[in-house]
Amino acid sequence: MGILEVKGVNKRFGGLQALGDVNLSIAENTVHAIIGPNGAGKSTLLNVLVGKLIPDSGSVLFDGQSVLGRQPYEINQMGISRVFQTPEIFADLTVFENVMIPCFAKRDGAFRLHAIGSTRHETDIHETAEAILMDVNMLEKRHMVASSLSRGDKRRLEMAMCLVQEPRLLLLDEPTAGMARADTNNTIDLLKEIKEKRDITMAIIEHDMHVVFSLAERITVLAQGTPLVEETPENIKGHPKVREAYLGEAQV
Amino acid sequence: MLGMNGKDTTLFIVVCLMVLLAPILLNPFPTGSAFAQFNAGYPALLQRFVIFGILVIGFNILFGLTGYLSFGHAAFLGVGSFAAVWMFKLLSYNIVPAIVLSVIVAGLFSVVIGYVSLRRSGIYFSILTLAFAQMMYSIAYSDLVGKVIGTPITNGETGLQVYNDDPQILLGDGPKTPHLFGLEMNSSFTWDVGGWSFVFQNGYYLAGILMIASFYLAIRIFRSPFGLVLRSIKSNQNRLNYTGISTRPYMLTAFVISGMYAGLAGGLLAAMDPLTGAERMFWTASGEIVIMSILGGVGTLIGPILGAGVIKYMENIVSTINDNVVHGWVAFMPDGLENFFVAIIHPFIGKGWHLTLGLVFMAVVIFLPGGLVELGQRIGAKFRRKKSPESAATSAEKGTV
Repeated sequence: MGILEVKGVNKRFGGLQALGDVNLSIAENTVHAIIGPNGAGKSTLLNVLVGKLIPDSGSVLFDGQSVLGRQPYEINQMGISRVFQTPEIFADLTVFENVMIPCFAKRDGAFRLHAIGSTRHETDIHETAEAILMDVNMLEKRHMVASSLSRGDKRRLEMAMCLVQEPRLLLLDEPTAGMARADTNNTIDLLKEIKEKRDITMAIIEHDMHVVFSLAERITVLAQGTPLVEETPENIKGHPKVREAYLGEAQV
Repeated sequence: MLGMNGKDTTLFIVVCLMVLLAPILLNPFPTGSAFAQFNAGYPALLQRFVIFGILVIGFNILFGLTGYLSFGHAAFLGVGSFAAVWMFKLLSYNIVPAIVLSVIVAGLFSVVIGYVSLRRSGIYFSILTLAFAQMMYSIAYSDLVGKVIGTPITNGETGLQVYNDDPQILLGDGPKTPHLFGLEMNSSFTWDVGGWSFVFQNGYYLAGILMIASFYLAIRIFRSPFGLVLRSIKSNQNRLNYTGISTRPYMLTAFVISGMYAGLAGGLLAAMDPLTGAERMFWTASGEIVIMSILGGVGTLIGPILGAGVIKYMENIVSTINDNVVHGWVAFMPDGLENFFVAIIHPFIGKGWHLTLGLVFMAVVIFLPGGLVELGQRIGAKFRRKKSPESAATSAEKGTV
């Protein structure tokens, strides 16, 4: 029984079957990649997992509880964090404030009226925030406004914001999309480091095979909204069905 | 001090001193001098400075922190005023029940309006609040509620005021004007010194103290975890949702707090002058609040208060300057030139003060997007650059002064 169980999920957009009978099981403490050509339904699947889309049928269980019909913030409170394709951070706030907010969300829940105490006096929050910034090597940039960070640092900051909540499942939506090679390698190293340091399950949706094969322990290949195969990276490389879905198109 | 950091404490003390000494500071020209016209240190105007200060401090908690632009805040001001006048009519002229009720009633209205309006964001939120406010204005102006019940509630076009045959069950032999446990709001003490005459009025100081308290509360909210979440709503609501924070209750709380500030301001307006009318809720009044905030500097602590001051000053001072006054100033010029000069100035003074305000507003929005606060910061930065170059590093912190 995996930490995330997707069973028989269907999603239709008008005449288009975006997801057709998707079954997927992500085991705890693994890095699971979901790959597939454009339009395979990867992003739709991710949006179902985080509560942004509700499937027409099927079930999604996280740790035995259904996530369907819940708001994104509720799903986050269950222990699922999400990294976006372009880093979503609080651009007007400082790096430190960016990290403090998920700390408050973790400690105080979805809402707490905490209108009189000063953020400066929240020592426990400060300690947690400093520790995570140390982890991602951004402590010296804590007073910078987030919008002035480089793209790589924005990605680091977003990861820090997700990790500080100690999620059980981290969803990554093309974390290296549009990055230069060096930045991509840095991100891979960062993710490897994160994986080594803590017990965390990661689901990565990715285009870049270099990233997938550097990180993933299991790979699911989606094509036309249906999982084609689920295998280890070694077996995926030469798999005939994958060739057909991916390379087959390219060779035409 | 009082749980504030050094910078905020300084700002707070400056504001306290300004409020305390305003009757002197804003009266720089001797009575009877040619420029006495520019004196703003008389009670009726000072009251407006601080009362509208309270209004925009509250508005800034909503608009400045969360970026949600409410176009219906004057409705809460109006509701507060009506509630206060009703307390005068039913109980007595003591302002305590009046002000307490005005805050509560404005709070209740803002819960309902906020609950509905906050289902949408951006321009749709603004339109919803505007629609609610205009509905409330129409209801008050036609006294729809009063017609249904059979007794005047808002008293329509005439406006609501206290009559001799009102119950006023607690009046007894108490004062016949608004008072705080006997301390009459409109009584004042005049200090004549040299050519100057300074007026210190009870009502102004009461409103001033409440403004200082409101300002203090606003500082605390700005610096609290709650304030941080509100700022993050403005910055990136999508990320916030995926960070496990439910934005709706935060937004509603901010909306209600700012509605209650508006109610307090409305109650105080009635406490200074115990009558009110529906025109206080008209949409232009809401627009004025928005202009005050933007003129002063949205999202800064002191900006909106400055904006309120500038607009109320222009409304009361520039509008009283007429052609004769200008003739008096330029009498030294040759006749032809004098008339020419007056003709040029004419559209900008008296009833044309809106034109002057419009030009000032345009200039601020174009050249100082951060409002008057940005002007202050730029001037400050120029002085500091001459002294030390490293101060540029602190400019990031200044954003929330």
